[in-house]
Parts: sequence; C-alpha cells; structure tokens
Amino acid sequence: MKLESLTQSIGEWLRGTGPESDIVMSSRVRLARNVAQYPFVSRASEQDRADIERFLRERIATVPIGKGLEYIDVGHLEEIDRQFLVERQLISREHADAQGARSVAIDRMEQVSLMINEEDHLRIQCMHSGLDLRGAWEQIKVVDDQIEKVVPYAFHPRWGYLTACPTNVGTGIRVSVMLHLPALVITRQIDKVFRSLHKISLAVRGLYGEGSQAMGDFYQISNQTTLGRTEEELVEQVGDVVPVLIDYERRAREFLVRETQQNVHDQVSRAFGILRTAQTISAEETMQLLSRVRMGVLLGLIGDVKLADINSLLVRTQPAHLQKLRGMELDTNDRNIERARYLRQHFEGGDASSRVIAN
Amino acid sequence: MKCQHCDKQAVFHITELEAGAVRELHLCEDHARNYLNQSESEVETPEEAAEGAVGGGALTGPLGVGQTADELALLDQRACDMCGITFFEFRNQGRLGCPHDYVQFEKELEPLIANIHGSTEHTGRRPSRGPTVAGAEPLPDGTQDLTRVIGLRREMKESIALEDYEKARENRDAIRSIEDRWIGPSASTASEAPAAEMERGSE
Repeated sequence: MKLESLTQSIGEWLRGTGPESDIVMSSRVRLARNVAQYPFVSRASEQDRADIERFLRERIATVPIGKGLEYIDVGHLEEIDRQFLVERQLISREHADAQGARSVAIDRMEQVSLMINEEDHLRIQCMHSGLDLRGAWEQIKVVDDQIEKVVPYAFHPRWGYLTACPTNVGTGIRVSVMLHLPALVITRQIDKVFRSLHKISLAVRGLYGEGSQAMGDFYQISNQTTLGRTEEELVEQVGDVVPVLIDYERRAREFLVRETQQNVHDQVSRAFGILRTAQTISAEETMQLLSRVRMGVLLGLIGDVKLADINSLLVRTQPAHLQKLRGMELDTNDRNIERARYLRQHFEGGDASSRVIAN
Repeated sequence: MKCQHCDKQAVFHITELEAGAVRELHLCEDHARNYLNQSESEVETPEEAAEGAVGGGALTGPLGVGQTADELALLDQRACDMCGITFFEFRNQGRLGCPHDYVQFEKELEPLIANIHGSTEHTGRRPSRGPTVAGAEPLPDGTQDLTRVIGLRREMKESIALEDYEKARENRDAIRSIEDRWIGPSASTASEAPAAEMERGSE
C-alpha cells in the first residue's frame, strides 16, 4: 500500500460527520487479543515475532473481513512513515517505536485497523466519526468473531482474554471517545470535570499518546477497567458520560457567547488571523489556534469555513503529514515555514474581513 | 559491567531521580531485588499503592500485606514452566511472558488483578470456536494445551543446542500433534530451520 495515497483522504476520525460531531470527533473501540501458542510480544524472540505476524496474516486472509484489508509492514517503514500512521491514529506510538516484525492492516474506509505485534499479538481497532460507540462496537464484534474462527485466542474461563499486561485482561476492551472541549478549558472547568471522571474510573488523555498534556483542547475519555463487566456494560459506561460532557461543553459555549461575546470573538478572530498570515508556526501553536477557530466556526463567529476543513488541517499540519504532502524531509525550522505556507495557501490569504463576521 | 555490591554481572541498570538529582545503580539480580524491595517498602504507603493500582503502579509495588522479604524473594524466583519468565521479571517489567502465566501465577496475580479491576471474574464474551479435530474439547481448554507448545519450543531449542536431535525430534512431533489438534495440520508454527538440522543430525 502506498502511504501517499492516504494523504488524499483525511480518514474516518476527522471526517467531521456523525452524531454530535461539533464536540465528539470520533468514537473508538479496541480489543486486545493474543494467540495461545506463542509467548507475549515482550518475551517473544525475533523468530517468534515473525512467526506470529505470518500466522495472523495468513489466517485473517481466509475470513471475509480479511479480503478488504491492506497490510503495511511497519517493521520496515522509515521513521517518518511510522509517524505518519501515528498521526492518522492507525497505529499507536508504542507500535511505531517497537522492535521486530510488526504490521498494521487497514480497511479502505480507515475505520478498521489491526495492529499485529504491538503490546499484544493483535490489537483490533474500530473507529467511527462522531458519537457512535454502539456502531463501532457492533462492527468490531463482527471482526473479532470472524478472526476467532481461525485464530486460537488465549482465553481462561476465569480471567477471560489473556493479555500481556494484567490491566487489559478479561474483555481486553478499550472504549474511547475523542472530544473537543475548548469552552470548558477557557472557563477553567476542565480540571473539575476530569477529577469527577477519575472518580468513576474513566481515564482522560490528550490527543496524541499517553501524556496528559492535551493538544488543542482535544481529550480522549476511556474506560480503565476491563474485567468483571461485560463489553456492553463497558461501552455503556463510557457512552453514558458523553452526553453529560457534551451538555457541559455546550453550556460553557453559551456562557462564553452570552457573557464574554466580544472577548471570545476577539480571541477567535486573532487565532484565525495568525493562521492566515503567519510566516512560520509550530505544530503545537497550530493545534491551539485551529482549536479556537473550530470553536469560532461552531459559534457562528467565523463563516465560510467548513468543519471538515479544520479537521483536515489538524492532521495535515502534523510533522509527518506535512512532509509527505511536500514530498521531502524537512527539519523543524523548515517544517514551521512550510506549515505556515500551507495554512496561508489553504485559507487563500484572503482578506480577513470577508470571513470574520462583523459584530 | 560488575554489580556495585559484589563481583557478579550487573543485569539491572536503575536510574533514580531524587529531588532533581540523577543516581545510577548497576546491580546483579540479587542485589537489585533487595534494593527494590527495600525502596518500595520505604517509599510507598498502602494508600499510595492503592492509588497507583489502576495506573500500573500496583504492578511493581508490594504484593500484599504481611509478606516478608524472604517470602517475596522466594516468590520472585518462581518461573513459568512454559516461557520461563520469573515473577521478579514480571514485577520489574509489568508485562507477563505468556498466557500460561495466568495459570502458573494465579494466586499471586489474584490480589493484583482485584486491585486493578475491582473484580476477579470475567463476565464478558467467550470464544465459541472448537478444535479442528472432532471429539476434542472446545476452547478454552485449547489455550491450556496450546500454551504447552511455548515450553516445548524452548525445550526443542535447548535440545538442538545440546545436539540431542533425538529429543529435539520428539519435541517437534509433540508440538505438531498439539497444533494439528487445535489449529489444523496446515498451520504448523514450528520453524522449519531446526527441522532441517534435525534431519542432518540423524544421518
């Protein structure tokens, strides 16, 4: 598979469609599975890893969902290409940085991805745009059922699906939603919200990776425990809290518009102005400003910009995407210049007054 | 590199961050175990241990109340019959070695898993797949049987290293019969390279 072909699309999670897509970017379910006759990845030899990879690949090719998958040999990719897949959320940072034989299989919609030899032998992921945990769960169930027919999963009657780390044992399920919560950040309510999420044992992460520092007000909420409750119950646990968070964020947005209209309008317009005129700009600043502009579009303070465009810029201004689009490797300085150029070109460098709606 | 406290090979290289200062330790397995047991009991209160449970802290923390250092040391030396990982290695890395560890270390893992998940009983989906050979028990008994392959593969490697090709062939045949039963004859996962060596050795 040519990675370049992926740059033409933006992938499922940034499509900007689906229920509640003004706040919920994407819904994701992943299952951790292992093959019974091999050691877990961290203890597998180079030969074992190659055998696991081949075994899973050959087996999955024999079931219906296997037919529509394209494999990428992650073990032999350049670093920039691995980074590219991380930015698209098709593989994890751990998978990108790991050693030895490993691969990822992706369907054409970029909804399903199968990571082979991440922390577990197989990580099945299913992602839907907007709030659609149920849809993602129903889809991943089909994938898992088909693979289970041809792969002997490691399973224990009491412990459930056996995983390399006991934190995933049981269902092996991680249910998560990616939320855009700029108004809760601006009104400084976000920490309070996170504290209450921790109390009901839900985890909160930033957009890329495990670090808690969220980039551009994007947060991922997911279940912490995987044993003792059914998959459906865990899907519900995360699903139940999302409407509450959506309600908080909406109310915070209304508050901002009602109480600090001028201030918000100013912030959003400045963010838009910088994005359209900067000559050099970092990935972090871009994310931060795009987040503000995204909110501005949703509040009706900026016209003539589509949500899907903002979403697409979020990923296309990431380091690896930018270099892929440019067709060459660039150092940090050159990337910042290229990023600014790409943004100016995208917004056509037009005159600001036509786009920022007058008060 | 030698251990800082004795003449054995240092196999654990620990970097401690203390109030901004970095301290490096190079220890053999025994001294590393002593050091880690000691520093854990000094540093972590039970509340902190519980607090860290979900975040993974429980994986490397003390296992239970009332366990003496000697008991821990004994436990740490226990190894999995299949993949050979010791409980000490698991506690260090936070990752298990193979599916059989959940059987081998069931008692030791129980409090840990209860701490992380607040439960010790899976209630979710179960594989429905049966074996490819009629009459065999359905999974999950297959997991028990199949994980034996991990141990047999290890034995086969050792046999080849010792040039005991007779034993290696027995290992290989045992692997094949288990795999044939659960995965089907076409999918033997035993590497072909050692097989070639075995044939040569028998001449």
